[in-house]
Amino acid sequence: MKKPILEFTDKGIYCSAAKVYIDPWKPVDKAIISHGHADHSRWGHKQYITHHRNVPIISHRLGEINVTGKEWGETFVINNVKFSLHPAGHIIGSSQIRVERKGEVWIFTGDYKSEDDGISTPFEPIKCHTFITECTFGLPAFKWTPQKEVFENINQWWVENKAEDKTSILFGYSLGKAQRLLKYLNTDIGKIYTHGAIENMTEILRPLADFPETTLITREIKKEELLGNIVLAPPSAHGSTWIRKMVPYVTASASGWMTFRGARRRRAIDKGFVLSDHCDWQGLLESIKATGAEKVICTHGYTEIFSRYLREQGYDARTEETQYEGELGELNASKEEPVEVN
Amino acid sequence: MKNFAQLIKTLDSTNKTNIKVQALADYFSVASDKDKVWTIAILSHRRPPRPVNTTLLREWASELANIPLWLFEESYHIVGDLAETIALVVPSSKSSTEKTLTLFLEEMIALKKKSDEEKREYLFENWKVLDYYERFVFTKLITGGFRIGVSQKLMTRALAKATEIDEDILAYKLMGNWDPNQITFQELILEENESDYLSKPYPFYLAYAIEDKVHDLGDVSEWSAEHKWDGIRSQVILRNNEIFVWSRGEELVTDKYPEFESFIGAIPNGTAIDGEILPYPNGQIGTFNDLQTRIGRKTVSKALLEKVPVILKTYDLLEWQGEDIRSKPFVERRNLLENLFKNVCHAEPVEALVEKSLEIPLHLSETMHFDSWEEVSKERGRSREVHSEGLMLKRINSPYLVGRKKGDWWKWKVDPLTIDAVLTYAMRGHGRRSNLFTDYTFALWNENEEGEKELVTFAKAYSGLTDAEFRQVDNWIKKNTLERFGPVRSVTPHHVFEIAFEGIALSKRHKSGVATRFPRMLRWRKDKNIHEANSLSDLKEMIP
Repeated sequence: MKKPILEFTDKGIYCSAAKVYIDPWKPVDKAIISHGHADHSRWGHKQYITHHRNVPIISHRLGEINVTGKEWGETFVINNVKFSLHPAGHIIGSSQIRVERKGEVWIFTGDYKSEDDGISTPFEPIKCHTFITECTFGLPAFKWTPQKEVFENINQWWVENKAEDKTSILFGYSLGKAQRLLKYLNTDIGKIYTHGAIENMTEILRPLADFPETTLITREIKKEELLGNIVLAPPSAHGSTWIRKMVPYVTASASGWMTFRGARRRRAIDKGFVLSDHCDWQGLLESIKATGAEKVICTHGYTEIFSRYLREQGYDARTEETQYEGELGELNASKEEPVEVN
Repeated sequence: MKNFAQLIKTLDSTNKTNIKVQALADYFSVASDKDKVWTIAILSHRRPPRPVNTTLLREWASELANIPLWLFEESYHIVGDLAETIALVVPSSKSSTEKTLTLFLEEMIALKKKSDEEKREYLFENWKVLDYYERFVFTKLITGGFRIGVSQKLMTRALAKATEIDEDILAYKLMGNWDPNQITFQELILEENESDYLSKPYPFYLAYAIEDKVHDLGDVSEWSAEHKWDGIRSQVILRNNEIFVWSRGEELVTDKYPEFESFIGAIPNGTAIDGEILPYPNGQIGTFNDLQTRIGRKTVSKALLEKVPVILKTYDLLEWQGEDIRSKPFVERRNLLENLFKNVCHAEPVEALVEKSLEIPLHLSETMHFDSWEEVSKERGRSREVHSEGLMLKRINSPYLVGRKKGDWWKWKVDPLTIDAVLTYAMRGHGRRSNLFTDYTFALWNENEEGEKELVTFAKAYSGLTDAEFRQVDNWIKKNTLERFGPVRSVTPHHVFEIAFEGIALSKRHKSGVATRFPRMLRWRKDKNIHEANSLSDLKEMIP
């Protein structure tokens, strides 16, 4: 039996014909990287290939690495296997990875969303035979509202907090979600302050997109100065002394998990906005349909449930174990260095 | 309905008590009187009976959502709340409704008698026109109570704020049996109406667990101690030749304990007694496990009455000769209680009793006075022997207060029993624990007939870990699942937890043959491997 184009190994997804790994979780010689989140772009590979918009991100996160940047749709051939990167719409510089050998096409999505967020290059469905998809939110309970409406609600929340002379603290990943939030915050309401992790990442991304002005929170900044304004912070800062020193404040989180009432209450967050950089249920189903793929492999999220549903819809669908966390990573977000506030 | 849905949303989205009270008070000052009565009823767990069973709800929701039933069920396991799952999966609508909360509830009451086809039509119609949050609230009204961190006490506080009526008086008015469909706000809250008070119990006074050293309570002579009996805290009321037995959950349970009918005639009218219903098999106090066979049964068979009779162990007297005596000092109330007890149990038996040849199942919970806290502590050490949970400490001059209050009454429970057990199964939690594996099953080692060691399930527990620990265990479970059985997963035996529990007894209903009372996780024993966990015979040795 001939070997499949991509295999799932203990180091990651492997193309044996080209001796290349895709988003591997253990150090390898040559890795094609879908995007800059930590579970997809890990430390220790000898060579990285990724979209050029992702180069500054992983260089910032991983330090001195040997990395080659590619354009959207630019084909590069390794041992007669054709590779190309196509927009995934997840975060800035996030790609689907297309692999073609002897006319057979596989797509690896990494993480993706079908809604155009206005910062990431919008997702493009690519025709393929086998589609390797994430399904972080692969349940019919997940249904996103258009982001325009969500941002109106976020800005409205900020206005209400300002009226009560409180500081608004909004949690989102430092890479991706934070910049998406930043992009649409209405600076007519007040000033935008940032946690160090978010400020640093935003600085890296400023050449790639247009963002409002931000102010890094330093020791010199008095908490009175923050009142009525908004603070962007990573989820890991919730409950830290860094936050507690900002009283009086109101907290909110922007995440797909905020769909569940329990998820917000468990984190003791005042307000939840449902906003995700992943596809919702319909988004997943429509994206899969648009690829024309007959075979679907589910890598992370509600894989068992989602692939069973796909099989009932007539797809040849299965699951594979990977070490990608999707948005589940949020639940175990590692502590980033807090900054003191006087 | 809009107002009510908004209220629920506000209550559900804050952890701050002041904001909750304010939101409720604001609602009570604008809502219509009928909506107010229904809101009070709903927040004090007086829902109308469920008009549609949950099997049908699931089927119809998945039909409207156009998904297979199994996918609905899987979603429900993850979301952890039926109404929330339904509200999420059915197609969204941007519209709203002008129908009032009262109208919805009246429709739901009428719905119960309708055909399945009519029920289905009613649900589809409403699910389609309500927005997400209203749809959730609407479905919640059909499926069950709102668990949104609003206690009856908190609601009463808000109502007091809105009506300027004293909180304790309101608490009293809200107790007992009243039908939100019949009563008006005027009758329930505003009017003074003596005849309504025939069955009304007094709010229970509840104690906090002692936090500091018992010596910090001061002079031991100011305190009275008694055993904390492990049964059902109850209030027994005799008025107008009728008896009413109330459980602490404000449930009228008179019919479940026919033994107490013998109090009529023996105890004078105008009496309210605070006590504990205890099982009394073979003429002595049994375990809570014995009582389990009586709880939950509406009609009690003669055989069961003989096997597990109950007694009332009396703690306190709240009403005497028709007068509310809760403000009198504890010692005075106790004196009256003890006199009552002597008259009932040692005077000439009343005729009716002779005929039925029944002994009156009334016992006194003995109060004890000590000269030093060391002696009190020694008495506490005897608790398990006498089948009590520990001691109650009551200040001798304390009035009988309303609800859980610090200062005059303290409970001083015995330290729990503990055992090290292996985590074997896990289930997702509900509410704020939705989508997290937080409900665990634990096993102990046992030697089977072939002489091999195997793990035998002995208890389930879902509390005692920190949120961070739960997240860690949840993460581990997701990666170490062996098999799935609907919402339950079996996991690789790997982790050892120290399980604490209050009591222990032999049980035929449990696979291990042992029932434990209120098991919970005391500690995650990361330092132990599964072979260091305890055995079933270790557990059995703890049975007194």
